Amino acid sequence: MTQAVLSRREFFRLTAAGFLGFFGVWAVLAASGLVQTLFLPSPLEVAGKFFELTQKPFVGYTLQQHLLSSFGRFAMGFGLAVVIGIPLGLLMGWFRWLDRIVTPLFDALRFVAPIAWVPFAALWFGTGIGGPVLIIFSGAFPPCVINAYRGARYVEVRYIEAAQTLGAGHWRIITEVLLPGSIPSIVAGLRVSAGLGWQSLIGAELIVASSGIGYLMVKGQSNLSTSTVMSGMIAIGIVGFAIDLLLRALEARIERRGG
Amino acid sequence: MSNIVFERVSRQFQRDGLQFPALEDVSFEVRDREFVAIVGPSGCGKTTCLRMAAGLEFPSNGNVRVAGQTVTRPGPDRSVVFQQFALFPWKTVYQNIEFGLRGKGMAQAQRRERVTRHIELMGLQGYDSAYPHQLSGGMQQRVAIARSYVLDPGVLLMDEPFGALDAQTRTVMQEELIRLSRVNPRTVLFITHAVDEAVYLADRVVVLTRRPGRIREIVDVAAVRRTENWDRHERIEEVMEQPSFVHLRTGIWRLLREQQQPARL
Repeated sequence: MTQAVLSRREFFRLTAAGFLGFFGVWAVLAASGLVQTLFLPSPLEVAGKFFELTQKPFVGYTLQQHLLSSFGRFAMGFGLAVVIGIPLGLLMGWFRWLDRIVTPLFDALRFVAPIAWVPFAALWFGTGIGGPVLIIFSGAFPPCVINAYRGARYVEVRYIEAAQTLGAGHWRIITEVLLPGSIPSIVAGLRVSAGLGWQSLIGAELIVASSGIGYLMVKGQSNLSTSTVMSGMIAIGIVGFAIDLLLRALEARIERRGG
Repeated sequence: MSNIVFERVSRQFQRDGLQFPALEDVSFEVRDREFVAIVGPSGCGKTTCLRMAAGLEFPSNGNVRVAGQTVTRPGPDRSVVFQQFALFPWKTVYQNIEFGLRGKGMAQAQRRERVTRHIELMGLQGYDSAYPHQLSGGMQQRVAIARSYVLDPGVLLMDEPFGALDAQTRTVMQEELIRLSRVNPRTVLFITHAVDEAVYLADRVVVLTRRPGRIREIVDVAAVRRTENWDRHERIEEVMEQPSFVHLRTGIWRLLREQQQPARL
């Protein structure tokens, strides 16, 4: 079957249908009485709770304040991953010896799920900001390194040779040839990195934090308020989606400019 | 003085554990301010010669010297114009031409003056802030030539620079290159597979054999050009009509033809 291009209107209609279907099934299930409300609160109940959380502080803060605190940690961990990961990836793409040293180590470590760092995060940082930042960093770091590295390795040799014959040394080749040549790959990596970072953050806050969306959800759980937990899930989804949209817009812009 | 000396240069390639020779015992000199073209059947190692002079590849045996120094790495004293231009797509025309100068510790005002002069010299006025993909192939190659010339290199290495251009653009570029080398003569090593291009541009033409490339003959064009006074003609087609031109071209053609493998029927 050939894939027809969807018009904008059709696109929105289908998206809306997806959401309506999802909430419809959910509402029907919740209303049917087959499942206890505690196990599956109705959509309306969750919406009510969501609104309530934005108005009334829960475990110290409103939903927005929890989100803001989560986002701050995310920004730090993600920022650190970008600032360290991209230069490291580019350097590995240029210096073979560095590649040889780092890659095997890195390939083993990146399979350790971010959440596995939780015991150490707690041990080293307690409930301070360092713990969540470490965990987000461990999630967001690998895609930054890998994509900068791959980008650098796949920069066409003729650009590198042209730069060399024009007298450029290591520094100029890395900053003026490898970096701009790997931008598409790096930006694609940023999207993956941000997604993984944001996911790991919630995991981190479930354990080592005293504010934030993850913390709100744990407290909701211990209060047997499943609608609070679900409100947290929805907030996570919305913010994650917004981050991805932002990076996707950046990606599209760079692709257009690349012509 | 900037000359290029190939002294008994051989080059082997390794593939799948097998060695096969690409160049064998090649010796010749490009004298100071001389324009030498290398022609030969494809795969004969002519590009390898150029890359060895550039410092992008190295001989397996023998020695390549530029201005008396054995070539050990690439450098701005030996500017290369590549067949596929190799302009940086993320830099503007101006930034591309300026790239090499920025490594020379030159004051910005002086850089600007030189870049602007070369933009004018190559007829690129008004395109300073265009990106390479916005230019035609001919314009891109002008930028690439300007990027090399602006460095005032002792040696200019050109690897089939007009090979990717259409016939008309190619003719214009050949005439421009002749004009440029009258204004500003350079030591040039020029790779091409087009015989008339080689005869039109070069002082001497080195003819290589089929792989492994050896020197078949070195044809002196400059002497004929001088006695027949080709330079009185402004256009390339007028030069190409000269019996002396036709004679040289046909001679080189014959040398190349004998290199051809018999067609398998």
